[in-house]
Amino acid sequence: MNPKNDAHLFKQYQQRLKKEKRIVWIWQLSILIVFISLWEVSSSFYWIDPLLFSSPSSIIELLYTKLGDGSILSHVQITLFETIAGFLIGTLAGVLFATLLWSSQRFSRVMDPYLVIMNAMPKVALGPILIVALGTGYISIIAMGAIISVIITTLVVYSAFNEVDPNYEKVLKSFGATRWQCFKEAIFPATLPAMISTLKVNVGLSWVGVIVGEFLVAKKGLGYLIIYGFQVFDFSLVLSALVLIAIFAAIMYKAVERLERWLIKHSG
Amino acid sequence: MSYLNLEHVSHLYFTKKGYTRALNDISLSIKEGEFVSLLGPSGCGKSTILSIIAGIIKQSTGTIRLQGKPINESSLAIGYMLQQDYLFPWKTIMENVLLGPKIYNKNTEDVKNKAMEMLEEVGLPNVADAYPASLSGGMRQRAALVRTLINDPKIFLLDEPFSALDYQTKLKLEDLVSKLLKMYQKTAVLVTHDIGEAIAMSDRIFVMNANPGTIEKVFEVPLELRNEDPFLVRRHPKYQLLFDKVWEELNKNEKESVQTKGVHKVDES
Ligand SMILES: Nc1ncnc2c1ncn2[C@@H]1O[C@H](COP(=O)(O)OP(=O)(O)OP(=O)(O)O)[C@@H](O)[C@H]1O
Ligand SMILES: [Mg+2]
Repeated sequence: MNPKNDAHLFKQYQQRLKKEKRIVWIWQLSILIVFISLWEVSSSFYWIDPLLFSSPSSIIELLYTKLGDGSILSHVQITLFETIAGFLIGTLAGVLFATLLWSSQRFSRVMDPYLVIMNAMPKVALGPILIVALGTGYISIIAMGAIISVIITTLVVYSAFNEVDPNYEKVLKSFGATRWQCFKEAIFPATLPAMISTLKVNVGLSWVGVIVGEFLVAKKGLGYLIIYGFQVFDFSLVLSALVLIAIFAAIMYKAVERLERWLIKHSG
Repeated sequence: MSYLNLEHVSHLYFTKKGYTRALNDISLSIKEGEFVSLLGPSGCGKSTILSIIAGIIKQSTGTIRLQGKPINESSLAIGYMLQQDYLFPWKTIMENVLLGPKIYNKNTEDVKNKAMEMLEEVGLPNVADAYPASLSGGMRQRAALVRTLINDPKIFLLDEPFSALDYQTKLKLEDLVSKLLKMYQKTAVLVTHDIGEAIAMSDRIFVMNANPGTIEKVFEVPLELRNEDPFLVRRHPKYQLLFDKVWEELNKNEKESVQTKGVHKVDES
C-alpha cells in the first residue's frame, strides 16, 4: 500500500511542476503577444507616430523581402563574423595575458596601475584611434569587439588564478613539478569554471563593441543599417536590425551556455 | 648512520607587517626505515619542518642532508601527504594516482599496472575511472596514499593525514599506512595532534614547543610497541605509561608558552 501511495504522491508532484511550467510559459507568450498587438494597434490608429516607431507588420514585411532577396544576409554575416572574431580574440588574449601576469609576480606588480587605468577607461572611446590605426575596414571593428572584453577577462582570470588552493601546487611541487607544470596540471584546470563564466559576459560585451564600431565607420553590418536607417529616417529598418541583433545575440548566448555545460561535464 | 639530518635549522616567515620565527635551531636525525612523529601545539612549526624537508620552502639558516647530500641536490623522491587528500577533482582517480609519474615523465604501461595493483591493495579495486567527488573521505585518503606511494619515495612526510577522518576510518588507515610503510621499508615523518596516534605508529616522538618552534624532548617508543599494529598498540600496558609522560610534557609546554607572542611587529618609521 505504502509504495503505491508514494508513487502517487510523486506523480502529483510532477504534475504540479508541469502545471507551473505551463503557466509561466503562457504568461511569457501573452506578454509578447500583448506587446506586439498593442504596438501594431497603436501604430495603425496613430496613437504613436508610425514614422518613428514603425509597426510589427511593417518590420515583418521588411524582413521578409530583405531576407527573401538576400540583401540583409550579407549585413548579418559580416556582423556575426566580427562579433565572433572579437569575442574569441578578446577572450583568448585575456586568458593569455592573465597567464603572463601569473608567470611573473614582478610583471604583474609593474602592470597593476596600467591595468586599473585601462579597466576604468570606457573602451569605446578608443574607437576613433583604432580606426586611425587600423583603417576603416572590419579589422578595426573586430578590434573594438575584442578590446572591450580583453581587460576585464584578464583581471577576472588572473584573480581566479591567484585564488586556487595553494595546496594543489604543494602536492605537485612535492613531486618536483616546475612552475609551468603546476600551471598546466592545477592552476589552469582549477580556473576553467571561472574562465567559462567570463565567456558569457564577453558575448554581450563583444556585441557592444562591434555595434559601436559599425556606428562609427562601417559600410556594412547591422550597426551600419541602424545608423543608415536613422539617417534616411527609415525606422522600420532600424527596428528590423534591432530585432535581428536581439535574435542572434540570444542564440550566441545560448550556444555559450551549452558550451559551458558541456565543458563542465567533461572536465569532471 | 643517519639518513635524514637536520642541523641547526631555523626558519622565519616574513609578511608585510612583521616576521615570525617559526623554527628555531632545530637539529634532528632520522635513521633509514625509521618512523618518527612530531607532536606539539598548533603553530609550533610542524608543517614548516615538513615543507622544508620536502623542498617546497627553503630554510632561512641551517642545513638539511639526505644520505649526506644537501636536500636540493639529492634527486630522491619525497612523498608528501596533507591533511586533506587534495585529489584533483577534475581528474579521475587513476589520473590522480599517475600525476607523479607524469611529472617525472615515467608514465608507462608498467606504472599503470602497478597503480592498478596498489589501488587493489588499499581496497579500491573498482574506482580507477571514478572522480574523487564520488568517493568517501577514507577512500579518497587511500587514493592519495597510492598517489604518493607510486613514486616510490624514499621519505614519507605525513601532515596530519588522518585528522579529517572519522575515528573508525582513522584507525583502519593507520594500520594500512603502517603496514605499507613497513613493507616498503620507508622512512617516515608524521605530524599529528593525537598522542595516541604518535605512540601507535612511530619509533620515536619529538615533542615541540611554540614561539619559536623548538624541539623540547624526544621520547623513544618501547620496542614491544614498535612492531605491533597501531590498533593493538593502544591496548598494550606500556602504551598508557608513555601516553601519560608525553601528555605531561605537552601540558608543561603549554603553560610556559602562554606569555610569549610569536609575531614581531616592525615599525614602518
Ligand atoms: N606562509 C606563512 N606566512 C607567514 N607565517 C606563516 C606562514 N606559514 C606559517 N606561518 C607561521 O609560522 C608558524 C608555524 O606554522 P606551521 O604551519 O608550521 O605550524 P603547525 O605546527 O603546522 O601548526 P598546526 O598544528 O596548526 O598545523 C605559525 O606561527 C604560523 O603563523
Ligand atoms: Mg600544520
